[in-house]
Amino acid sequence: MLNKYPLWKYLLVLAVLAIGLLYAAPNLYAPDPALQITGESSAQVIDERTLSRVTGALEEAGIEHFGEVIDPGGRNALVRLGDAEQQLIAQARVQRALGDGFIVALNLAPTTPEWLSDLGGQPMKLGLDLSGGVHFKLEVDVDAAMERRQEFYETAIRRALRDERIRGIVGREGDLSVTARLRSEEDRESARTLIADNHPELLLERGGEGENWTITASMTEQMRTEIANYAVSQNLTTLRNRVNELGVSEPLVQRQGQSRIVVELPGIQDTAEAKRILGTVANLEFRLVANLDAPESEKQRFEYRSEDRAGSFEWLERDIIITGERVANAQASFDENGRPNVQISLDGEGGTLMSRATRNNVKRRMGVLFIERKFRTRYELQEDGSEKAVQIPYDERKLLTAPVIQSALGAQFQITGLDSPLEASELALMLRAGALAAPISFVEERTVGPSLGAENIRLGVKSVQFGLALVVLFMILYYRVFGVIAVVALSANLVLLVAFMSLIGATLTLPGIAGIVLTVGMAVDANVLIFSRIREELRDGRSPQMAIHSGYDAALSTILDANITTLIVAVILYAVGTGPVKGFAVTLSVGIVTSMFTAIVGTRALVNLYYGGRKVRTLSIGGV
Amino acid sequence: MKVINFMGQRKLAMAVSAVLLLTAIFSLSTRQLSWGLDFTGGTLVEVHYSESADLKAIRSTLDGGGYAGSIVVSFGTDRDVLIRLPQGHADTDGTALVRLLEDTFEGTVELRRIEFVGPQVGDELREQGGLAMLMALGMVMLYIGFRFQFKFAVGAVAALAHDVIITLGFFSIIGLEFDLTVLAALLAVIGYSLNDTIVVSDRIRENFRKLRKSDPLEVINISLSETLGRTLVTSLTTLLVLVCLALLGGEMIKGFAIALLVGVVIGTYSSVYVAASVLVLMGVSKEDLMLPVKEGAEQDDLMP
Repeated sequence: MLNKYPLWKYLLVLAVLAIGLLYAAPNLYAPDPALQITGESSAQVIDERTLSRVTGALEEAGIEHFGEVIDPGGRNALVRLGDAEQQLIAQARVQRALGDGFIVALNLAPTTPEWLSDLGGQPMKLGLDLSGGVHFKLEVDVDAAMERRQEFYETAIRRALRDERIRGIVGREGDLSVTARLRSEEDRESARTLIADNHPELLLERGGEGENWTITASMTEQMRTEIANYAVSQNLTTLRNRVNELGVSEPLVQRQGQSRIVVELPGIQDTAEAKRILGTVANLEFRLVANLDAPESEKQRFEYRSEDRAGSFEWLERDIIITGERVANAQASFDENGRPNVQISLDGEGGTLMSRATRNNVKRRMGVLFIERKFRTRYELQEDGSEKAVQIPYDERKLLTAPVIQSALGAQFQITGLDSPLEASELALMLRAGALAAPISFVEERTVGPSLGAENIRLGVKSVQFGLALVVLFMILYYRVFGVIAVVALSANLVLLVAFMSLIGATLTLPGIAGIVLTVGMAVDANVLIFSRIREELRDGRSPQMAIHSGYDAALSTILDANITTLIVAVILYAVGTGPVKGFAVTLSVGIVTSMFTAIVGTRALVNLYYGGRKVRTLSIGGV
Repeated sequence: MKVINFMGQRKLAMAVSAVLLLTAIFSLSTRQLSWGLDFTGGTLVEVHYSESADLKAIRSTLDGGGYAGSIVVSFGTDRDVLIRLPQGHADTDGTALVRLLEDTFEGTVELRRIEFVGPQVGDELREQGGLAMLMALGMVMLYIGFRFQFKFAVGAVAALAHDVIITLGFFSIIGLEFDLTVLAALLAVIGYSLNDTIVVSDRIRENFRKLRKSDPLEVINISLSETLGRTLVTSLTTLLVLVCLALLGGEMIKGFAIALLVGVVIGTYSSVYVAASVLVLMGVSKEDLMLPVKEGAEQDDLMP
């Protein structure tokens, strides 16, 4: 028994370690505090002139800066700062110097050397609990989107029947269908043809007899799924745009499950602002202002939203021309005489509906309603006697403006007669904000201040260091030379763990650090198993070389079984868990895999190098 | 090597386990767990005062500022304060809250973190957590049943359930908050305790096949004695790092570390007593472990 590895095995261990060191290395380079400058719209190009305004502002404020670069496409620029303390001041100064139209975001610029990043090396991303920032979870109210679509069909069918002079009553029945009640079978048949022509996507069903003939139109299952998906994805897009307004360098806006959206904003300081911009959950409705003689049942009263017009109101028709989801864009602008206005563009269907509605109503007025999702809290008595707060959402509808229709409108039109550019930009902002398919509400929010994040890193690193030191001390005292070998393997394991996490772009969180600490504690287990086997073999009177050989062999299946079962648990954790649980599961499973390699193959290579191929009288493995 | 008569004490150990389990279950059913924000939903604000904070003053400030009924406790140090707002403050403006606190305080108040969890999210998490636990137990049972034998799977799962229930009971009795990270810790306890149990079971299986003894109690005693050194060393190294985490890791990680500390201690005990006792109870014998196929056949390398 010689206990020698073939050369290729030594080389393999060396190669894995070298790759590990290479990809763990980016984490050694501390990132520079930096400012990232982007244009508000994609048309805004950042050039040398913009950059010189930035550096000028920084020099004026006496803030040290270096390494300014502009992206090849001119989409954004990066300026590194000398001092992290001055990052906020720098941001304010640069923002003031550039004015609106540019977004100045705080950033941490990696300082990974070029050759390393060319090889794909990158530092580990820090989770929000370490970097500081905000995490929001939003729920898209898909039911509301469904109801809104239902409302749209109701209005469209009622209008079509009226236009064709078919008399009947149109109403919604339940949540999923619209029913038209007609007086004769002929009327029903012509209504059916009409609806089928206008809305071929609906399922139509005949019903009734005698004086009461009905036709029921309902949405197919597939349509409903599409509406739900559309609602979520449109919210995603809108949220992404809004997040961009916040000036965050690496925001995350992601769909989670059926109807949830997760938004993560690292480094955000002003959470109230973030919530205000993200949480402006709103929609629009365009309706005609009701004629004075219209009966009460066909009109509704709405108050103005703006404070200067508080208390005044208008009567609007019940029929909705279009809702916010048809609004593609709204922009504050000026007409040829330099007066402020708001340009509105609708999508194709919106344009058709708008022109149909305004064609015969020139000189009448059209009201724009802004709908906000608000909450009322109600307390419900639980079975066990405790109270539980239940939040009941409701829509608040307020009138934004009610301009006169000057001519038939199409997909593009403008609202003029605004008092100031400020009013125009305010109105445009509200219109854009309302262009959402379905209301969203916050179901979870976690904010971690930057100082707490820094403290979490400090404490996390400290506990890893102390834990590691204690384990190292114990192992060397207890297992002597073998202990040293185990410690070397343990360090290699940490390097590999960090390298692997960096390579797959995993995010390091506080529970993740806990996972690393736990891995340190458990990674030695494999070595403990092997070493106690070797001790046993020695006790049974085997020769040292023989003991090493059979010690490793006998422990292998135990180690595999133990690690695979733990891996099963880690994978389930990852699959079922969210947030912190997931972070923990990632480090735990990566740690298990790397520790198996270092503890079995790695230590064996060292043991073979040290003891292999020669006559050995005793092993330095502590008291046998 | 000295063989310790572990199984001689198994009646006593079972009594101890039974008492611990009953206490845990009793506490869980009467006092329940003090569920953390993650599960109940609600709003939690952590603030840092530049000088030591007067909790009473903070309470009265909050009462006057429209947050009546807030729970105010210090968090780690006397300058860190944790405020749990009463229900119904869904969109609390953290900046405004800090401003309110700063108005009645000489120094500065810094917002450390805000957590808001909607009630439906909390309910879902509780479901998910329970589901994760059951899934983990189920999968583990399948794997062990496949790799070892059905009786070992029952023993291992009994040991796991034992550890989880007692750790939960500990949290209930001490009144420590049970949040998402503690749930993660509990699942890690499952992983750890399993590790221990497998190592012991592995040795029991090996000895049943190797030793020419037919008395299961004796075989189990020998196996437990042989693995005792390893069990203690591994538990010790793990406990060392966990103590570091609990003492140095900061308040946010404390619950996690404590749950694991308790779990590792219980897990070490259960891998010696619970899993093995269940094996004895189920009448494990040599016949259960006859090799169906030769696995991991030992072969010498034919390398130069």
